Amino acid sequence: MGDRIEKRIELKAPVSRVWRALTDYREFGEWFRVKLDGPFVEGQVSRGTMTYPGYEHVKWEAIIQKIEPERLFSFTWPHPKSFDASNYTGDYSNDPRTLVEFSLEKTGNGTLLVLTESGFDQLPGDLRLEAFRRNEGGWTEQMKNIENYVAKSQ
Amino acid sequence: MSRNRSSIVAAKRRGHASLFAALGEETRLGLVTKLAQGQPRSISQLTEGSRLTRQAISKHLHVLETAGIVRSVRTGRENLFEFNPRPIDAMRQYLDFVSEQWDQALSRLKSFVER
Repeated sequence: MGDRIEKRIELKAPVSRVWRALTDYREFGEWFRVKLDGPFVEGQVSRGTMTYPGYEHVKWEAIIQKIEPERLFSFTWPHPKSFDASNYTGDYSNDPRTLVEFSLEKTGNGTLLVLTESGFDQLPGDLRLEAFRRNEGGWTEQMKNIENYVAKSQ
Repeated sequence: MSRNRSSIVAAKRRGHASLFAALGEETRLGLVTKLAQGQPRSISQLTEGSRLTRQAISKHLHVLETAGIVRSVRTGRENLFEFNPRPIDAMRQYLDFVSEQWDQALSRLKSFVER
């Protein structure tokens, strides 16, 4: 069990296209499912509200770390104990944060995107996961709906 | 080491001990591996075959206890230490959960930029 997550994904689109989808706040919001208040600015807090079905009460709050054009976009974000509507406060000031980094590299027929999320060693050992376990079914269910939708519309 | 230490301090400030910080040290990892075999053990048993003093082992056990990976149980006159798998299971489940969210988000990003 490592303390970081790493994903590599090959995208059949030019680096400039992927860069825009990551760093234009409206485009980011579309695929990430969040309504952001304004553009991403290095060193500033980005705020918004999730649009993900069932999570519309959840606030988006990230601190933008780096915007290096067409290379690296990164931010830190909080990991609250629960997103469950009944005990969700929206106050992330005491929550541990992880660093999310998207890095881009041009390939023969598109872009290699490497996502890393690190800093899970800042999370407490007594994570209370009841809310997550409850929600997990919800997410999985929602994802199936979206996959079906995407498959149909293609 | 200093990173390790600072994350323990940061975690303690929040009232929790970091699991990774607790496990990120050779002696402690060794103690956990021993205890994870299932049998609760005393400090003497855990010190046996180690180059460390009883006091040093006791300190490491305390860090593991604070992180919730080890708990002490009193049997008669003796204090025994046993492995508690729950925090590690919980962390693994949490990482799996976050990892799964990223898979889904990145697949949405993929359809978004490739359409």
